[in-house]
Amino acid sequence: MTDVASDVIAIIAKKQRADKPAVEVSDRLEDLGLESLDAVEMIFDLEEKFDIQIPYNANTNNPRTEFETVGDVVKAVEALVAQKNL
Amino acid sequence: MNDVHRVVVTGLGAVTPLGHSAASYWESLKAGASGLGPITLTPANEELTQKIAAEVKSFDPLKHFAERQISTLDRISQFAVVAAREAIAQSGIVFDMPLSVRTATIVGTGVGGQTTHDDSFRRVYIEKRTRVFPLTIPKLMVNAPASQISMACGLRGPAFAVASACASATHAIGLAFQMVRSGAVDCAVTGGAEACITFGTVRGWEAMRVMAPDVCRPFSKDRMGLILGEGAAMMVLEPLERARARGAQILGEVAGFGMSADAADLTAPDQGGMVRAMAGALEDARLAPADVQYVNAHGTGTAANDDTETKALHQAFGAHAQKLAISSTKSMVGHALGAAGALELVATLLAVREGVAPPTIGYLGPDPACDLDYVPNQARALRIDAAMSNSFAFGGLNAVLAVKKFS
Repeated sequence: MTDVASDVIAIIAKKQRADKPAVEVSDRLEDLGLESLDAVEMIFDLEEKFDIQIPYNANTNNPRTEFETVGDVVKAVEALVAQKNL
Repeated sequence: MNDVHRVVVTGLGAVTPLGHSAASYWESLKAGASGLGPITLTPANEELTQKIAAEVKSFDPLKHFAERQISTLDRISQFAVVAAREAIAQSGIVFDMPLSVRTATIVGTGVGGQTTHDDSFRRVYIEKRTRVFPLTIPKLMVNAPASQISMACGLRGPAFAVASACASATHAIGLAFQMVRSGAVDCAVTGGAEACITFGTVRGWEAMRVMAPDVCRPFSKDRMGLILGEGAAMMVLEPLERARARGAQILGEVAGFGMSADAADLTAPDQGGMVRAMAGALEDARLAPADVQYVNAHGTGTAANDDTETKALHQAFGAHAQKLAISSTKSMVGHALGAAGALELVATLLAVREGVAPPTIGYLGPDPACDLDYVPNQARALRIDAAMSNSFAFGGLNAVLAVKKFS
């Protein structure tokens, strides 16, 4: 697992409401019970952690439909981090 | 039970992104004008991601206040006093004794003197100065607008601020209405004020991720959120007998007030709480759902509010919901937080008085979740005997006022 992946998992694990003892890349966001404010807080934590900007409007974006799994979030963050380091 | 008096409105005042008087505001609303534009008020506006807000434009404090008085007034209190003076002038009341001590001043504000907050924080944190201006505290306190109106207009009765975020003004006017109705006071100057377009506040709203980048389109398909606004609106309330005895022009009647708390989510709207506030206002006003023709919706333009408010309107009004003309004037003046309810009640009172429902502008077409009549894009002539103005706040605090055509 990459460093980015373990950091993303740690951030999502903090916000999940499903009381899963360990969050994994294969977990579906829907099953983790993330609510709308949780998503906003999670995105803030990701931006702060990786010094990236994640375009997100709570009215039009739905993380549960745009990112099916934790792994999808990891991939998106990795792409933004790579872009930043270009 | 508490209704010793019928409560009428005899003066209106407003400072808004669409004009600095109630009349110019109302004419612009009827024309479907937009008060939205680029953010200019903060010295660091180019750093903001959000570029658009509904600012009060070309407001020159020197037109309204002596230079030495301006150093005592945050922008929010300037708006509040200018609107209150207009409302009082229209009412024709002179607040001498004993009326002065029998008049309440109740003013809603969500966040208080934000310009003073922002400027003083910038001085100490960015410019590393050791001093802030001497009147920083009495300018930024949330009761400053109420205190400044009381001082400027000589009102010596109960005076205080009401804070319930986006419902502040509606709660304030509702309380003033109850005090006049019960005979606790003989008159009230009430409304709301906000001047929240500062760097720190806009940053805070950016972090919530609920603002539209360009246009506020309440209840429309493809709506992308709210746009911040600012301003103040004030009104004079008095018992019907008193207004009649002095031959005052009666602009409308405040008939009912409903309040509720969701006790649920911090920010997500709650249908049950909305319905209880609307039903409470109707019952208080002794109105049946079918008696109402117009609703000035909370209508922030967020996905969640407009969807939930539509469901709540269905539940509160039943089949009659389909017949209501519903509009969100926030589409034209943005969301002025603690002042919003007052700006919207002024619009509601004038809609009833003139028989015109102001439009919801920026409307692109129906969203399946919002299936009512939102008076899209064009004002509509309509006989209105009774109307309602909704305010639903973060923190799950809801307030609704019902008004009647005065006859």
